Amino acid sequence: RGCSRSTRVLFHEYSIKAAILIQRWYRRYVARLEMRRRYTWNIFQSIEYAGEQDQLQLSSFFSFMLDNFTHMNGNGPGNKYLISHLLDSVVDPLTEEVRQLKYEQIVVPESYCGPRLSFPLSVTDTNALLSAFKEEQTLHGKYVLQLLYETKKFLKQMPNIIYLSTSYAKEITICGDLHGRLDDLLLIFYKNGLPSAENPYIFNGDFVDRGKKSTEIIIILFAFLLLYPDHMHLNRGNHEDHIMNLRYGFTREVMQKYKTHGREMLQLLQDVFSLLPLATVIDNKVLIVHGGISDKIDLDFLSTVERHKVKSVLRLPKRSVVDILWSDPKNQSGCSPNYFRGGGCYFGPDVTQALLQKHGLCLLIRSHECKQEGYELCHNGQVITIFSASNYYEEGSNRGAYVKLGPELVPRFFQYQVSRSTRKLTLHQRVCVAEGSALRALKEKLYAHRSDLMAAFQQYDIDNTGRISTSEWAQVVESVLRLDLPWRTLRPRLARLGADGNVEYESCFEDISPGEPIPPVTPNLAETLYRYRTDLEIIFNIIDKDHSGQISIEEFRQTWKLFSSHLGVAVDDQTIDDMARSIDFNKDGSIDFNEFLEAFRVVHKLDIKEQQQG
Amino acid sequence: MADKYSADTIITETQKRISNAFDVFDHESNKTVDVREIGTIIRSLGCFPSEADLHDIIAELEEEEPTGFVRYEKFLPTMTKILLERKFRPITEDLLLQAFEVLDQQKKGHLEPEELTKYLTQEGEPFTQEEMDEMLSAAVDPDKNVILYKDFVSMMTFDDTR
Repeated sequence: RGCSRSTRVLFHEYSIKAAILIQRWYRRYVARLEMRRRYTWNIFQSIEYAGEQDQLQLSSFFSFMLDNFTHMNGNGPGNKYLISHLLDSVVDPLTEEVRQLKYEQIVVPESYCGPRLSFPLSVTDTNALLSAFKEEQTLHGKYVLQLLYETKKFLKQMPNIIYLSTSYAKEITICGDLHGRLDDLLLIFYKNGLPSAENPYIFNGDFVDRGKKSTEIIIILFAFLLLYPDHMHLNRGNHEDHIMNLRYGFTREVMQKYKTHGREMLQLLQDVFSLLPLATVIDNKVLIVHGGISDKIDLDFLSTVERHKVKSVLRLPKRSVVDILWSDPKNQSGCSPNYFRGGGCYFGPDVTQALLQKHGLCLLIRSHECKQEGYELCHNGQVITIFSASNYYEEGSNRGAYVKLGPELVPRFFQYQVSRSTRKLTLHQRVCVAEGSALRALKEKLYAHRSDLMAAFQQYDIDNTGRISTSEWAQVVESVLRLDLPWRTLRPRLARLGADGNVEYESCFEDISPGEPIPPVTPNLAETLYRYRTDLEIIFNIIDKDHSGQISIEEFRQTWKLFSSHLGVAVDDQTIDDMARSIDFNKDGSIDFNEFLEAFRVVHKLDIKEQQQG
Repeated sequence: MADKYSADTIITETQKRISNAFDVFDHESNKTVDVREIGTIIRSLGCFPSEADLHDIIAELEEEEPTGFVRYEKFLPTMTKILLERKFRPITEDLLLQAFEVLDQQKKGHLEPEELTKYLTQEGEPFTQEEMDEMLSAAVDPDKNVILYKDFVSMMTFDDTR
């Protein structure tokens, strides 16, 4: 029984027990954080994809509006031209020579101290651009127009599929989605070197939207494209599409940065985007496309598609182009429609295998999906997803990565993460920041559907106690919001339990309140306006031809009428008129629509409380 | 009015909790999860198994021919049993504090990072370097460069309940 054990042996026994205890406890702590990180991820992705589905609805609204626009007042044909101008491809009325001359004649003021590009571009120009953007300078509109014009000319000669070889260079670097994150691009160049003959690059689409520096990114990428046409390659992504840009921020960014020339730039960009190649093949062995493939894809057929005609797949859904730009891989066999995204397919390992075999390929590299580590392998290593925008959903949400391929075609991955703060965050802090952001987004969704949710809750609450079971609560939320999330796991973060263990369903709206004092509208209408804020903003921006931020009350009324009839939302004219007039502060018959939309912002009360205490 | 605390209800509620936690890691929505996530799922449901415990559970859950995936049909009964029997009871704040005190042989009131590292990476079910680094980043007081374990334990237990 051990009466003569020395204290040291005894201590040793106890210390092992203590260590095991601490290890057991700590691993459980980390597991809980991992759970929270994982459902935070699910939240962000669900909301993102649900938003993309809405995009299709918006697109059909544009068609609707186009057909009905002539009934709106104003400058008649001028208005209609604007809409088509922004939504459809327009035959370029100017000849090449005239256009080139026009840009050359744009005068750049002496006071402008940014880069002055000269074509053909040289390394001096690209260096000047990089320095300027690091200093937060803006490139003058003249040079942007010239750059876009030269890029368009260049891309016209490119085929749909570019064939490359590694034999003349050590390694090719492939980058994924950047989404306007200039910091990530600069970090990649810092770690991996600038593009050159010895350092070729492929950028696999989605350069723009969501981030705030999309313009700077495409300027840099196009500049390098013109400078090193044999060593710099760009594939089209699903966000290289002017209708997506209307919704996800690129159009707004261009119009804000370039008030004079913005519209012409956007027009040029429509062409440039549609002229971007659809795929790249390395050594006849590695296929690189932005989204993915389907069981209907054939590379020989793909090379014959008239890609320049597809300005936006939302207006002209050419099957092969949609599949290439929008598909996602899945683990089950087969090929099914990608209902999550609203376009493209889910393709299984068998589809990958079949396509690779058909064309004698060994690897598919694609992007399009955010991955926590910046990259991910699937389909038995035959598919690589590469994503280059770190912190995509929120600070700390994910790393970015790029992949390098040498002649042996063995992929090497490099990860990074842009960090705003110099202080290293603990695991707990990182999870909390991202989780907070995801939950805020989720609460806003709840708020935006409050009426429908309350109506459904009350159906279960026959005795009017204000409470229903967790099951019932989860069922209602899932069916109204149509987001496939682990609602029972999320419940503690979204709603309170009563003393009897049931959910007090009204508590899920407690944290959100409307921001500024809103115009006199019913809560129902406020909700609807909040839900469609983004869409309304896009439409207002289209109508506001001279970018003054103002539209007439009549235009506002007409737009709202059209929109609500298209959505089947019942709003009477009087309510809209009252609302419009109450926002017309100057009583001059025009509305500042940014102010109008501001009124339907929401505020998170918990955030305010924390700020006040902190 | 139904008795909300009947045994059936408890089992159903428990199973729904299990199902939800499982779903978070079911990326393909086909009722399977990667076997490497099982530990995380079990722990997030409130259990404190050791690595050895997990090893045994996983052996039970794997297929005849291991596929790397665990199916929900197998996971549910096993996990239900674990929860209803309250296996792998929680480690309380007090117990955790005592464990640190045991390691603090000289009763200094704190531990050196090297000390703690030695114990946790060499004894018991050793931490990986990554696990150790992560714990130290939260545990070490940046000014004094020691682990004030009493404060650390309070902070971690508070974090855990948020």
